[in-house]
Amino acid sequence: MPPSAVPEAQVQVLFHIPEGSTSLRRVHNKAIVSSSPSAGHPIKQHTVIAAQDLRKTYGDLAAVDGISFSVAAGESFGLLGPNGAGKSTTMKMIGAVTQRTSGQLSIMGLDPDSHGPEVRANLGVVPQQDNLDEELRVRDNLLVYGRYFGLPMSYLKPKADELLEFAQLTDKAKSKVDALSGGMKRRLTIARSLINEPRILLLDEPTTGLDPQARHILWDRLFRLKEQGVTLILTTHYMDEAEQLCDRLIVVDKGRIMAEGSPAQLIREHSTREVLELRFGSERNTTVGADLQGIGERLEALPDRVLIYAHDGEAALEEVTSRGLRPLTSLVRRSSLEDVFLRLTGRSLVD
Amino acid sequence: MTEDAALTATAARAHSPEVSAARARRWGAFYYAEQVLRVMKGYGWSILMYSVGQPVAYLFAMGVGLATLVDAEDAGAFGGVSYLAFIAPALLVSAAVMTAANEFTFPVMGGFKWRRTYYGPHASPLTPEQIAAGQIIAVTLRLLLQSAIYFAAVALFGASPSGWGWAGIVVATLAGLAFGLPLMAYSASIREDKGQFALVMRFIVMPLFLFSGTFFPLDTLPWAVRWIGWISPIWHGTELGRVFSYGYQEPPVLTVIHFVVLMALAALGWVLTRRQFVRRLGQ
Repeated sequence: MPPSAVPEAQVQVLFHIPEGSTSLRRVHNKAIVSSSPSAGHPIKQHTVIAAQDLRKTYGDLAAVDGISFSVAAGESFGLLGPNGAGKSTTMKMIGAVTQRTSGQLSIMGLDPDSHGPEVRANLGVVPQQDNLDEELRVRDNLLVYGRYFGLPMSYLKPKADELLEFAQLTDKAKSKVDALSGGMKRRLTIARSLINEPRILLLDEPTTGLDPQARHILWDRLFRLKEQGVTLILTTHYMDEAEQLCDRLIVVDKGRIMAEGSPAQLIREHSTREVLELRFGSERNTTVGADLQGIGERLEALPDRVLIYAHDGEAALEEVTSRGLRPLTSLVRRSSLEDVFLRLTGRSLVD
Repeated sequence: MTEDAALTATAARAHSPEVSAARARRWGAFYYAEQVLRVMKGYGWSILMYSVGQPVAYLFAMGVGLATLVDAEDAGAFGGVSYLAFIAPALLVSAAVMTAANEFTFPVMGGFKWRRTYYGPHASPLTPEQIAAGQIIAVTLRLLLQSAIYFAAVALFGASPSGWGWAGIVVATLAGLAFGLPLMAYSASIREDKGQFALVMRFIVMPLFLFSGTFFPLDTLPWAVRWIGWISPIWHGTELGRVFSYGYQEPPVLTVIHFVVLMALAALGWVLTRRQFVRRLGQ
């Protein structure tokens, strides 16, 4: 489908302005700055996904409450937010498996509500919950899935072997699926999603529930896909994952977009360079705040720790000790998207 | 590096998404049927043993054991044919209905809930209707195969005097769908397994099997329970099977009614199933 099939308005309108909150309006303004072409934003590029004021309600509950974004070909785009933020629902609408309640959505220039099979033919999907065919063997899972796209066996057989190689599962080709570890199943699901050589890959929390080693293997595979020019759309509630994989992301909370930009941009705009984490013991974390006033640019007292946002974390720590305060532990680290989220919503990403 | 080289060096490329979508729109149900048949192939031997073993056991027990007694007692009670010829069409139809009852309960619930096998193809170009239809096509093929084997056993036992007995294969398959498709719609609607399927087997399948003119003509039953036969796909299928199997005499309008009832139940089941699949997968 040619890019011209995407209505101009959908490409141009990148943000829905949430009404009321001034802080949200500020976020909106900053995001516009970040989305100017000079900042590398893909306005001029081939837009593969355009959403405008997208909304999905279940009864009274608005799972997705008017979000707008666009994704360019080859871009790696993330939806970051806590559980229940509306990420998965958004992915289902993009994946043309759930109809939107209102708003505009176009995938490769097609409306998923009226062109479901055509939209899905363009996609590879890695769902949050594995739904591999446990009764079939590993390689057969790939073959069977390829058949759903009408692909001939002459193409599928070599392609399945190639994808097993890519997913580092060649020696498991004849195993039963339930004999695989969680990480292997995840990689098989990714291999399966690539059987039709999709232009867009949707990954819904691809590494949730995996151990660190399995996550790193998976990130490596996804990074290779990105290098090959596959458009990646992924949801995650891990900030390190978003930082590793996403060129650009939206921070979503309660079905709305809180901020948008590259991970570095978001950190720059919504946090300081470094963070000093102090633990005074659960009794004192919330009461010690008064003694820490004036150190760093901002202070966040959480039940388990106190966060001091500062340009120079070591200097802030010296200031703390010079005031005679003796934290049980202290840690200076770089700001992360977790801090951005905390700043924007007042809550942690992973509860 | 070697892996990347392998990735780019693929000889054949996938056809375009437009071709995928066009093919899926046209053949999607068969693509999904292929998947179900592949899974069935995984336990093909037990399907085959069941399909062969069940008729042989029933026909031997009823035809050689029970029939000797029944035929000696009153040879004319079953319209002039042997007891074995009388029950053979009923056994054929009942076996198809029971297989349908198995195929359209747990695998359907599993597709939505336990194994979630419907959600994989649902993300592909296939539509919910096609996934439902594909499963029905695969089960229909299984019913045809099983009924053909059953009929071969019936013929070997000499229990199908007419030359039209083979039509019972189609009749049994139709009866299986007439019972199975409404059940499939029910299975697709269940959110929590609270033993509903065990109840279906015990309080619906078994009574239908026993009171559908299977082992004795329906009109020997009191009026109070005869309605079970009238609403039963097993009865309609059995009576239809008997017409083909040994030229059972009944008013032609009744023969037409049997056929229409079976078709209507299957059609109703399909409409309800399709609605459930579209609704549930689209959530």
